[in-house]
Amino acid sequence: MTKTLTIDGKTIPFQDGQTIIEAATAAGVYIPHLCHHPEFTPHGSCKLCSVKVNGRVCSACTFPAAEGQDVINNSQELNDDRQKITQMLFVEGNHFCPSCEKTGNCQLQAVAYHLNMLDDHFPLFFHNRNVDASHSDVLIDHNRCIFCTLCVRASIEQDGKNVFAIAGRGINKHLAVNSATGLLKDSDLDKNDKAAHICPTGAILIKRTGYQVPIGQRLYDHQEIDAVSLAHETEQRHGE
Amino acid sequence: MKAFLEQLAAKYQHNATNLLAILRAVQARFHYIPEAAITTLADLLSIPRTQILAVAEFYSFFHLTPKGQYEVFISDSITDHMLGKHELMAYLSERLQVAVGEVRADGLVSLDNTSCTGLCDQGPAGLVNGLALTNLDKARIDLIAELINQQKPLSEWPKHLFAVNDNIQQTGLLLASAITPGQGLTTTFTRGITQTLAEIDLSGLRGRGGAGFKTALKWRFCSEEPETERYVVCNADEGEPGTFKDRVLLNSYAEQVFEGMTIAAAIIGAKQGFLYLRGEYLFLYEKLLALLEQRRQAGLLGQNILGQGITFDIEICLGAGAYICGEESALIESLEGKMGIPRNRPPYPVSSGYLGKPTIVNNVETYLAAAAIAVNGGAWFANLGTEKSKGTKILSISGDCKRPGIYEVPFGITVQAVLDLCGADDVFGVQIGGPSGMFISNQELHRKLAFEDLATGGSFIIFDNSRELLAIVKNFTHFFAHESCGFCTPCRVGTSLLQKQLDKIVDGHGSAGDVVALEELCRLIKQYSHCGLGQTAANPILTTLERYPEIYQAQLKQISYEPGFDLDAALATARRLANRDDAGAHLAQIGEEHD
Repeated sequence: MTKTLTIDGKTIPFQDGQTIIEAATAAGVYIPHLCHHPEFTPHGSCKLCSVKVNGRVCSACTFPAAEGQDVINNSQELNDDRQKITQMLFVEGNHFCPSCEKTGNCQLQAVAYHLNMLDDHFPLFFHNRNVDASHSDVLIDHNRCIFCTLCVRASIEQDGKNVFAIAGRGINKHLAVNSATGLLKDSDLDKNDKAAHICPTGAILIKRTGYQVPIGQRLYDHQEIDAVSLAHETEQRHGE
Repeated sequence: MKAFLEQLAAKYQHNATNLLAILRAVQARFHYIPEAAITTLADLLSIPRTQILAVAEFYSFFHLTPKGQYEVFISDSITDHMLGKHELMAYLSERLQVAVGEVRADGLVSLDNTSCTGLCDQGPAGLVNGLALTNLDKARIDLIAELINQQKPLSEWPKHLFAVNDNIQQTGLLLASAITPGQGLTTTFTRGITQTLAEIDLSGLRGRGGAGFKTALKWRFCSEEPETERYVVCNADEGEPGTFKDRVLLNSYAEQVFEGMTIAAAIIGAKQGFLYLRGEYLFLYEKLLALLEQRRQAGLLGQNILGQGITFDIEICLGAGAYICGEESALIESLEGKMGIPRNRPPYPVSSGYLGKPTIVNNVETYLAAAAIAVNGGAWFANLGTEKSKGTKILSISGDCKRPGIYEVPFGITVQAVLDLCGADDVFGVQIGGPSGMFISNQELHRKLAFEDLATGGSFIIFDNSRELLAIVKNFTHFFAHESCGFCTPCRVGTSLLQKQLDKIVDGHGSAGDVVALEELCRLIKQYSHCGLGQTAANPILTTLERYPEIYQAQLKQISYEPGFDLDAALATARRLANRDDAGAHLAQIGEEHD
């Protein structure tokens, strides 16, 4: 017998061991997210995937699906608050979309559009952050890091390395590179590593690929992040 | 350095779970964590250097740049402020010739603030190289400055500087008489382990850290896990500002706490226990180690305890300055040698805790009570208190009262009755349960301390009518921003935004919309944060805004909008470049006001 839960009133099947976001995605329901990636261990830090499960706020990417759960996902209230959480990420870093080469391919930007974010809302922090351009093929712009740890997880779980980590506490958190100098050039990162390609923002970029795809022809230029995300999932499943 | 690190790593079996202890030793020796030490330790412990860097940056008592040979910290708790900390800090800074947050040019001494050190009943308090300094006043500061300038080793400093008093003002069921060592275990074995758990169940004992989960239930869940390697953890990371009861329990009732842990181990089937002691209580460390050794000698710890075939031992792990480690899953991460970042739940520690094994984490007071219940039975305890809050609660009372200190009171007691006990009058309000709890006004003193009404971990800070509410709220709000672990967005960014937004209002730059913006931030942080820290970080604002909206309103300017930054200060660089300082080179913060 198939187990089910409901999301926004729609009945959705799930298998034991699935998280709410996994069940939702499989059923074609998009839940906004940034730190979640289906290929890696859930992290639960960005809080964009916050949903209400039987009235209680939970992170859909880490919370296990269970029989009979009543999940609220696509409500005005949740989307308004997700927008505010996205705005927090924007003001914390230094995100200037028009001059960022990731524009149009950036999940942070795309989720902001999806949530109808029109301004920063909160005062900007203007943190002074560095750029590490030391590596021959890969660039880190710390101004754009949102601490989702996807690069950390990809390096460990897929590349079998340990190139990245998040260090520091609270608002002083930062991405750290596992090398004696702290520079990317002295790490064992290769430009073909998954960790070099997983960044949802423009914090980790492959050099000399910047504007090969013109603005207007990029991933999120013609469809919203929900459609891209669900299509990607379907593709992955069929590929398996 | 290499030889020192090699010996250190060997002492800790090259095991990365001991990273905090190792880094504490490095910090004590070099007064910082040198780059070279990180490289060497990464090799010796076979972990990525980033793990060491992350841990060194996470905990307040580790530093990547050299601190003074005398590392001086002054407690920044609101109770220290009320006892004149601000003025004393300025005096200390002047006497030591070092600015707050800096190291003196000769490298001899550094000075900084630190979060509440758990000495609110005998502040202003501080730490020198990790050891607690109490009752600071100008005379003591003169003495301290002299000792530092003479480079006297701490062992030669006068003992009265480090004297920590228990200040037990009222005893009850638990504190009036401690059990004799072994008494709890003997009764447990005589009665039977299952029956003892039944007695603890009957007692109605709930977690004394403040959350109030039923102790017997937690222990039963853990004992029923399929995995048989299980752990007992005692949470002595008493970081909630205004709480210091665990300091006293570990100073004077530690054997009973250890006995409670051992009974818990017998019940859940654990062989190893940990006491996670906050770094601020370093002064208790040697004494506790000696007590553990004494218990081993007496057959109360180690192999075959009291001839019953049970094996259990306790290790003491010191923290390094991080309030978040009081959260049980962050504490477990810290025990594993990592940053104190709360885990995702489920799974809960009872099924997946230390090293992924079933683990119970309980407060110091919970183990103390459990040991007494094992001896005296569940009914003895359940006889006192209220229906949902059985027994007594040990309170840490500080602030504006005649007799600050430790009070054991039955649950259900009114706030007014507690105020009468400690000699407080002219009360403006009371902070119940610390900053993460709630502020109650003098109109609510009939309310009861109990899980049914005012739940509390024991912090009880009294404010009289001379105190400024917003200064209190500001201190608490800054505390949370400083202690946020930074894992999740709402807490990491939100607590810092909250600090800015509150400061804007308190400093007189707020206008009508700013209180609305403040409330919105509070709601977001409370609702979406990952753990209890974020979920309660807005409580100081929420609970005071609800009671005293007029105090917030009175701070606001009579205009609809005010820039969130200082316009004139922003022009400072331009004035310097233009070499001008005339009236025309200055800007007023607001335009002409229109009535």
